Amino acid sequence: MVSARSDRRTPPPAPSGLSLDATTLKILVSGGFGVGKTTMVGSVSEIVPLRTEETITEASVGVDDLTGIEGKTTTTVALDFGRITIDASLILYLFGTPGQDRFWFMWDELASGALGAVVLADTRRLQSCFAAVDFFERRGIPFVIGVNCFDGTQPYTADEVRAALDVPPHVPIQLCDARERDSTKRLLINLVQHVMTQSGL
Amino acid sequence: MVAVDDSRKRWFDEAAGPVARPYAVTGGRTRTGGIDLDLVTLVVSVEPTTHAQRVDTESAQLLWVCEHPLSVAEAAAGVRLPLRVVKVLLSDLIRHRYMLYQTGLRPASVPNLNTMQKVLDGLRAL
Repeated sequence: MVSARSDRRTPPPAPSGLSLDATTLKILVSGGFGVGKTTMVGSVSEIVPLRTEETITEASVGVDDLTGIEGKTTTTVALDFGRITIDASLILYLFGTPGQDRFWFMWDELASGALGAVVLADTRRLQSCFAAVDFFERRGIPFVIGVNCFDGTQPYTADEVRAALDVPPHVPIQLCDARERDSTKRLLINLVQHVMTQSGL
Repeated sequence: MVAVDDSRKRWFDEAAGPVARPYAVTGGRTRTGGIDLDLVTLVVSVEPTTHAQRVDTESAQLLWVCEHPLSVAEAAAGVRLPLRVVKVLLSDLIRHRYMLYQTGLRPASVPNLNTMQKVLDGLRAL
């Protein structure tokens, strides 16, 4: 098929002067549904968050199935992500995990090689971020907890949230506002410092 | 996707499972044939003006979207196709040398001190 120029889609703006040997880093933003992950990504991203989708194939367990076909179901998981170009040789990508939250945990690639993670918590339904905390703890991925203060108020202290989430003292917990650039910036700085401490840098 | 690609003749591989519509673009294939593409692996097209005419529509769109280095995730968002489909198309393009990719640079879990300091400084300067 001949493809004319009219086939062009609008590409996401590329960082200028970027070369193929630039270092790219991944930070994940996760937490329960509707807690403000995409909002947080958008608050610091230099581009309007982009969305991409992955289909995950789930093999059914305990099915005596020689063909290997019938026992599978496919689920679509959406990811919103943003970008921070530190300079032409270093780019930070922030991946939020909206949509079917219980499925992204099956996405090994997402966590593989990730620098660290922000777990966004909503104290009105703290249990919705338990799975994310478990996930990062089990994989040894450093994370910080951002307690999103909706409407600027937060009835609990960081220590109370720590006790409720049962996370060890070395995991930073910070009150934040996912809409505010400065707040997200502080959370990311906290995360990077935490990663450095954890890896003895 | 490319006319000369023999794998095109084999419509499904063992991982295809039930026919999923997005994979019609890749002839049912879901593997990248050993080309390791992460979400944040950078790719860039080679002479898209020439090569876009030799491939199918979706691959041509990828070549245009990746005129400048871009991550796999951004490329996928740019052509609005699922990531795994985009990876298969990208791996075909890479095999035909219509696309270059960042080799051997999986995102390091813990980059060196110098890189981390640059990240910190960059975030503080935001």
